[in-house]
Amino acid sequence: MSIKSKLHEIKESFKGKTMAPAFNAFHTFLYTPNDVTSSGTHIKVADDLKRTMNTVILSLVPCLIFGIFNAGYQHNLAIDAANGITTEASLLGNFLTFDNLMIGSLKVLPLVIVSYVVGLTVEFIFAVIKGHEVEEGYLVTGMLVPLIVPVDLPLWMLAVSVVFGVVIGKEVFGGTGMNILNPALTIRAFLFFAYPTWMSGDKVWVYDAVNRAGTPEAISGETILGMHAQNLSVQMYDYSDMFFGFIPGSIGETSKLLIILGALFLIFSKIGSWRIILSTLIGALVMGLIFNGVVEAGIITDSSKFYGLMSVPFWEHLLIGSILFGAVFMATDPVTAAQTNKGKWIYGFLIGFISIMIRVFNPAYPEGVFLAILLMNVFAPTIDHFVIQSNVKMRLNRLKLKTA
Amino acid sequence: MSLDIVVKKGLDLRLVGKPSREIEESKFSKDFSIYPADFHGVYPKLLVKENELVKAGDPLFFDKNSERVKFVSPVSGKIKEIVRGERRKVLEIKIEADKNVSYRKIKKLNSEEPEKIIEFLLEYGLWTFVKQRPYDVIADPISKPKEIFISGFDSSPLSADYDFITKDDKESISKAISILSKLTSGSINISLRKESDSFLRELNDVIIHNVSGPHPSGNLSTIINRVSPINKGDVIWTLNLPDLVLIGKAFLELKFSAERIIALVGSSVSDPKYVKTLIGSDVSGLLNLKEKNSRIISGNVLTGTKLDSNAHLRYYNNEITAIPEGNDYDLFGWAKPMFDKFSVSRALTFSWLFPEKKYDLNTNTNGEHRAFVVTGSFEEVFPLDIYPMQILKACMYKDLDEMEALGMYEVSPEDFALTEFICVSKQPHQNIIREGLDLMKKEIG
Repeated sequence: MSIKSKLHEIKESFKGKTMAPAFNAFHTFLYTPNDVTSSGTHIKVADDLKRTMNTVILSLVPCLIFGIFNAGYQHNLAIDAANGITTEASLLGNFLTFDNLMIGSLKVLPLVIVSYVVGLTVEFIFAVIKGHEVEEGYLVTGMLVPLIVPVDLPLWMLAVSVVFGVVIGKEVFGGTGMNILNPALTIRAFLFFAYPTWMSGDKVWVYDAVNRAGTPEAISGETILGMHAQNLSVQMYDYSDMFFGFIPGSIGETSKLLIILGALFLIFSKIGSWRIILSTLIGALVMGLIFNGVVEAGIITDSSKFYGLMSVPFWEHLLIGSILFGAVFMATDPVTAAQTNKGKWIYGFLIGFISIMIRVFNPAYPEGVFLAILLMNVFAPTIDHFVIQSNVKMRLNRLKLKTA
Repeated sequence: MSLDIVVKKGLDLRLVGKPSREIEESKFSKDFSIYPADFHGVYPKLLVKENELVKAGDPLFFDKNSERVKFVSPVSGKIKEIVRGERRKVLEIKIEADKNVSYRKIKKLNSEEPEKIIEFLLEYGLWTFVKQRPYDVIADPISKPKEIFISGFDSSPLSADYDFITKDDKESISKAISILSKLTSGSINISLRKESDSFLRELNDVIIHNVSGPHPSGNLSTIINRVSPINKGDVIWTLNLPDLVLIGKAFLELKFSAERIIALVGSSVSDPKYVKTLIGSDVSGLLNLKEKNSRIISGNVLTGTKLDSNAHLRYYNNEITAIPEGNDYDLFGWAKPMFDKFSVSRALTFSWLFPEKKYDLNTNTNGEHRAFVVTGSFEEVFPLDIYPMQILKACMYKDLDEMEALGMYEVSPEDFALTEFICVSKQPHQNIIREGLDLMKKEIG
């Protein structure tokens, strides 16, 4: 008897039982079910939610792999720097090395595993309790979470915040498709407010920096944003480092090149909304331009603590921090974003605009993307409401014209 | 007069099994069935008993909610069985047909008064072909339509070519249109494909809409939305061109002729073609199925009705479609690159590479039912100036004010067939809209 028919028999035996969703989650992962259409259209497109989610995951894989290497690379770079050696990044020379891979894998893969195991366990429990199938929403969230945290984050903190994020961010609203806030960002926000010392500063971005703090082998690595916020020079990184991603930062967000490739894949496959991505970037550029104008007009001088970030050329804002990652993978979450096409333009623009605003005015933690997206998540239904109202008004006016 | 309408949004689905252009006379079948479920919202009150003899055109039942609307027998013969379901609901009226059909004599109508015409249509079972917007149900005979729309072509996949099946019925169609024109103070609108050379173009006093573009360009909602959008309080009557033949024949030949030329289509049919048959007749004998594990559908693949093994042509349909059932598992069907199935995305699905390819699709759902997640895709195939996902959600949480504000008066379930087909979350859009319309009809009227 083939595996297929064996699994079919098990599925039949689970039918109607409490644990059926749990078994089906594994079964449908292996085999697309034998369900046939019962009412409505007799045929359906090839895509299901699993395929959609899988496409997003595929677009994230390059960022993850790069993040693994970068974790090792930044670690070794910081050690060299502590010993007074400065090195130039070279892809084959000192980046794609076995050593970097080992250090990175040991650090990053546990984060991925904890994120998935904890998050999916919560999802399974809720599915069994509520008696519905396990929905695929967490497949993407689980991948995003490790990519947007610092590499040295303790695993237990991640586990706690994932539980919080999935339960409070998603399940209390009714599960996948019903949530108001982006679950991955809810998790990050929880981490940020509950354990702020682990989410910012010049220690957390480089593996082992926290452990070594205060010892003779102390190492550190500040993000470019952090340096700007302290009005420090960032000469040690050139634009190609920023673009290719040989810089400290959250695990998956440093390589702008790979994020752009991911974005192109998402837009081409029609899974990601190009409207949101584009308008977010436009919003960020506009805000950057305004700040540049303020600096140029002499309103803010180099004595101000905002000077460092305000004077960053507007386009450079896209190269530093996580604005690009946020625009491509976070703002585009269809459930929490605006759902009308016009609304998407407004929603994206405001995310970019507010991101850079927070980035500049919040020097204690110089990154505003996740806060801006969460804020706009809350306002997305309002944006949609006003967009839809114009359609409703058009209809009412038509009626008035007729009765008049 | 003729006007041009260009539909940009939509989707033409190319499927295997287009009919060849020959019309075959079908063998006589003695099993006939009429299903009250074909008439949405009708509560049947029977006028016949089992074993009673009826003629073609004799009323079988009427609608309890609108007692003048009668439903007649397509053939003469004996009422073999009345199948009832829960709470004695009538599911099916089985008729054993006579070899030679005898007709109930129709009394010639000499008046041109609208009331008399409507009375005539109601009495002889022809009113069933007049539907109304809003709600997409059989029209209320006392309603005053602002206009009448006639669908002159069907754009859904593998649908019968109306020009072809009505090519010999110019006389009866012209008659039906001249009758209908007495019933409205507005105009008679007919949709035709831009390239069609139908004889309808020669008619006076009708507005021809030359439609180009992909499905649902043939759905009347699409045309009405452009030409004369339905506001609250408006009523529009809609008809299908092939049904006009039956109406016209009743006036000319003074008998209820249930004869239809239907298309037998789909990838499971070994010789797709047109056949001449009667409403309600058993078509299982006509179908030459390639494989046993097939689904037989009365109507098209998007909106049709699934038939069981004794397959009878349903009341309103002009085609019988047969496609393979998809009751099999697919290893990693959600992850592997997909070449043989259709998709509107490019998420490792490659149908975008072959725009001219004809697909052999089966009935597999290709995934499980989920909450709405993806946004922005429905708008690509939905040509009305209505927000499709928002109106679906309004129907799901039964907010009557919102449903009305978003344009429920303008839609019918078939308009959501394409969005349902492409829905990644496999939501039953047509059912959702139908239930929403039912609720509105009940609460608002």
